[in-house]
Amino acid sequence: MDKRFIYADNAATTQVSEEVLNAMLPYFRTAYGNPSSIYKLGRDAQRDVEAARAKVAKALGADPSEIFFTSCGTESDNWAIKGTAERMAKKGKKHIITSVFEHHAVIHTCEDLEKKGFEVTYIPVSDKGLIDPEDVRRAIREDTALVSIMYANNEIGTIQPIPEIAAICKEKKVLFHTDAVQAVGHVEIDVKAQNIDMLSLSGHKIHAQKGIGVLYVRKGVVLPNFIHGGGQERAKRAGTENVPAIVGLGVAIENAVKNIGEKAAVITPRRNRLIDGLLEIPYTRLNGDRDKRLPGNLNISFEGLEGESLLLMLDMNGICGSSGSACTSGSLDPSHVLLSIGLKHEVAHGSLRLSIEEDVSDEDVDYILEVVPRVVERLRSMSPVWEKMMKGESYE
Amino acid sequence: MLYSEKVLDHFSNPRNVGEIEDADGVGEIGNAKCGDIMKMYLKIDDDGIITDAKFKTFGCGAAVATSSMATELIKGKSIDDALKLTNKAVVEALDGLPAVKIHCSVLAEQAVRCALSDYYTRKGIDPLPIVGEIHEPEE
Repeated sequence: MDKRFIYADNAATTQVSEEVLNAMLPYFRTAYGNPSSIYKLGRDAQRDVEAARAKVAKALGADPSEIFFTSCGTESDNWAIKGTAERMAKKGKKHIITSVFEHHAVIHTCEDLEKKGFEVTYIPVSDKGLIDPEDVRRAIREDTALVSIMYANNEIGTIQPIPEIAAICKEKKVLFHTDAVQAVGHVEIDVKAQNIDMLSLSGHKIHAQKGIGVLYVRKGVVLPNFIHGGGQERAKRAGTENVPAIVGLGVAIENAVKNIGEKAAVITPRRNRLIDGLLEIPYTRLNGDRDKRLPGNLNISFEGLEGESLLLMLDMNGICGSSGSACTSGSLDPSHVLLSIGLKHEVAHGSLRLSIEEDVSDEDVDYILEVVPRVVERLRSMSPVWEKMMKGESYE
Repeated sequence: MLYSEKVLDHFSNPRNVGEIEDADGVGEIGNAKCGDIMKMYLKIDDDGIITDAKFKTFGCGAAVATSSMATELIKGKSIDDALKLTNKAVVEALDGLPAVKIHCSVLAEQAVRCALSDYYTRKGIDPLPIVGEIHEPEE
């Protein structure tokens, strides 16, 4: 048996690159100073944190003073949304617009605000997993405090018309935030040209380590201080800087945003071959628009089987993927993203997401296309749901 | 998801998977909407001994493993013994299940009772006093 290991779950997390790791290592044992300290060891750390901040700013088309380091994408989302809500509530604006298929970091934050007296409009998405900017325009009211729409969906990879939505928000004088955790490094982002007021990103999705994130806040947008303590991050987000992670993120984002087009040119044909090959399996559908999606993402539902079983069997064959089944979410409901694009529960349970990067070779694609149909057939052969489908009976 | 070696073994090499053409009792429980369906087939001789048990399952790793283990635990046993099978016994035989997967073991227990219920119904005997109520999982 061919013993391969194929990591096809880069939307979950990525491997820290060698370059990032090497950049980080000195900050553990040699350059371990606290950036707030006055002596050289501290000053050097501060200088390197600021250099990393400048790299992040450059990657986004922002000014370094607009970049705040956080602990993760979720924290950035929480800060942007709660902070804006708190500030705008004082002006009597207690309405927030987001979408039905945001990441839980956004959805659950908005739900929490609903309990606290805010009103939230959840914009629906099309069956292709795309938001219509005009729906956002129609939802904006006099008392709208914030619009928060993700740049690219984490499960089905669909890329949203963010510049269009942001332009509408600018015209309507409503703040616009985007969770760009999945998009950074795969889509060209320029916060100035694209009228983005706030943007969240996460280090570990772009080959930096886990535990580091960024919130970009456009100059002129005032957010209340999020973590109270010392003067770090201009006292807005206190706490001693995670220097190694920040330095690593600087290197990671620099690499992530260079050659976006070239990377996509390598990944997209492989991804498309996977899509076409897997769609040859009967009773299978691609979730999300085929073209307006992240280059490495594919999300396919196989009727008559359940996703967690599929993942376990793929794992036994050395393939790492993910699923939107209930069993992988810890609840009885399958992914809210798959339900939002109109999938029935039983179809959503049988979904597979693969998110590949350049390291997944053409041979790896061949291997995946050899393994998945075999595993799907095996699971279907033991599935009473599949049995009923083949007899033309309903299984609902 | 932290599965025991035994769960993974019963998932990757499920025992008694398939159908019994001339089964004496067939039970199906669960629904596709919730992501778990188990169908159990029993062959029962004149002495009330379960001579064969097979299953088909749509569901997660734990659903497959608990189905597999439940069939193993009742094969060769009397109906009375099979009726005593609890989800706890299935969990223990699998060296434990993650808390969020305990419902799979309940489903396996109920699938056995469901098949036994069908066995009695086919014989023209009211299964309710013997087997008790079957608990369908909540949606």
